[in-house]
Amino acid sequence: MSDIPSLSEIIFYILRRGLYHTLLLTALGLLIGFILGISLALIRLYGAKELAWFSSGYEKLFRGIPLIVLIYVFAFGLPDIFWYIDPLELRLGGVVLALSLRSAAYQSQIFRGAILSVNPGQMEAARALGMKGSQAFRHVVMPQALRLAVPSWSNEYAVVIKDSSFASAIGIIELTQAAYFVSVSFQEIWALSYLILAILYFLFTYPITRIFGERQSKKLKKFGMGGG
Amino acid sequence: MQVLKGISFELGEGEVKVVFGPSGSGKSTLLRCINMLNPPDKGEVYLRGENITDPEVNINAMRARIGMVFQHFNLFAHLKAIDNVSIGLRRVRGFPKEEAREKALEVLQTVKMEKWADHYPAELSGGQQQRVGIARALAMDPDVILFDEPTSALDPELIGEVLQVMLDLAKAGTTMIVVTHEMGFAKAVASEMIFLGDGVIIESGTPEHFFISPKSERVKKFLQQLDILYGSHEKLLK
Ligand SMILES: Nc1ncnc2c1ncn2[C@@H]1O[C@H](COP(=O)(O)OP(=O)(O)OP(=O)(O)O)[C@@H](O)[C@H]1O
Ligand SMILES: [Mg+2]
Repeated sequence: MSDIPSLSEIIFYILRRGLYHTLLLTALGLLIGFILGISLALIRLYGAKELAWFSSGYEKLFRGIPLIVLIYVFAFGLPDIFWYIDPLELRLGGVVLALSLRSAAYQSQIFRGAILSVNPGQMEAARALGMKGSQAFRHVVMPQALRLAVPSWSNEYAVVIKDSSFASAIGIIELTQAAYFVSVSFQEIWALSYLILAILYFLFTYPITRIFGERQSKKLKKFGMGGG
Repeated sequence: MQVLKGISFELGEGEVKVVFGPSGSGKSTLLRCINMLNPPDKGEVYLRGENITDPEVNINAMRARIGMVFQHFNLFAHLKAIDNVSIGLRRVRGFPKEEAREKALEVLQTVKMEKWADHYPAELSGGQQQRVGIARALAMDPDVILFDEPTSALDPELIGEVLQVMLDLAKAGTTMIVVTHEMGFAKAVASEMIFLGDGVIIESGTPEHFFISPKSERVKKFLQQLDILYGSHEKLLK
């Protein structure tokens, strides 16, 4: 890139260099956060008292620390322990850990809220049929809780994809870092490169939160799920 | 707080027991003790000679033999009508998918809801939902079905279709305990009526007894109020 690039060239460059890591960090952060988050929610709701305390303490802890601090801790703390692994992968791993451990704290709240908002009459009806508590949970409560969680969960997706941009702070080339490269190579258009970046993030978040947030909320209401 | 005190009664095969009484008298609690949704602190419940309240007994297996129909239907909101009816067969009785579906369709026919099999509860009227609720209980071939004010959450014009289904069941020999203030229904099919007040049986007897010569003043007053509030549903019963 020496001449000033065209709009489409900038967009293409940012996506080509950065999209992979942005999506990878988001997907892993959400997925690991999902597994941990559901587990924490179940522990907090149904676990022994000590475990429930742990779960609640975990939520408070990870909601109380800035993400960038978590990233520094894991990205620079891990290399000392796992000195034999490639440093770039370690830094990526550090960001994944930071994103997913924090997301787990929020997802735990999302799923706990969703489970609690399933109408208690649903559980009763299932037990009255002769289902065991675990069957009733699996076949009646959980399917509804997952549907109820979709709007908040799509919001969490938006949070994680946007926050994956913090990875640029430790030199991982994702969308934000790619835009930064454009802005320093062509200082005449630095503002434009960040504007394009902003629009890209918006395009990755808005449609999803629109479909899975607003539309799902309406649908859930229509199906009479939650509340009561 | 003690809700029920010294209540004792027997229900024979094919009998219909109607329980009524003022709000807060413990009617729901009574039903919920019978299927152990609210296990009683004291007292025993027997189903065909087996003590349900025995802590050793498999309560899930017992509940599978006791149907329950709820005031607010409590249909599984994420399942179509047919799956509401078949889920117990599949998950509790271990039916294979196809057999459960076939049987569920048959049962939906008995409540005249087979045309709505693929609709979700939210797409059905209250009366239709309650008929699916009855089908859900019926599908398990229970020894007895408990009804907790099955029509009291319904708009007046939807009550008839549900009562009709219940009448058909009663006449076909289904054993039922029905909490209701539909005195027309009671008159038509109750083998015994129980008036509950403050957690005790104030008076019990046949419908004739209650409608011709109730003993206690409280019952008389209550029946008069019902007449004023609901009118009598005798038109429904030819
Ligand atoms: N879970 C509970 N914990 C404590 N008290 C309860 C509980 N459920 C009901 N009660 C009390 O038990 C009494 C009987 O309630 P119940 O719901 O059985 O009455 P009901 O006859 O079914 O009334 P309604 O006609 O309003 O349905 C009431 O005084 C009520 O406040
Ligand atoms: Mg009640």
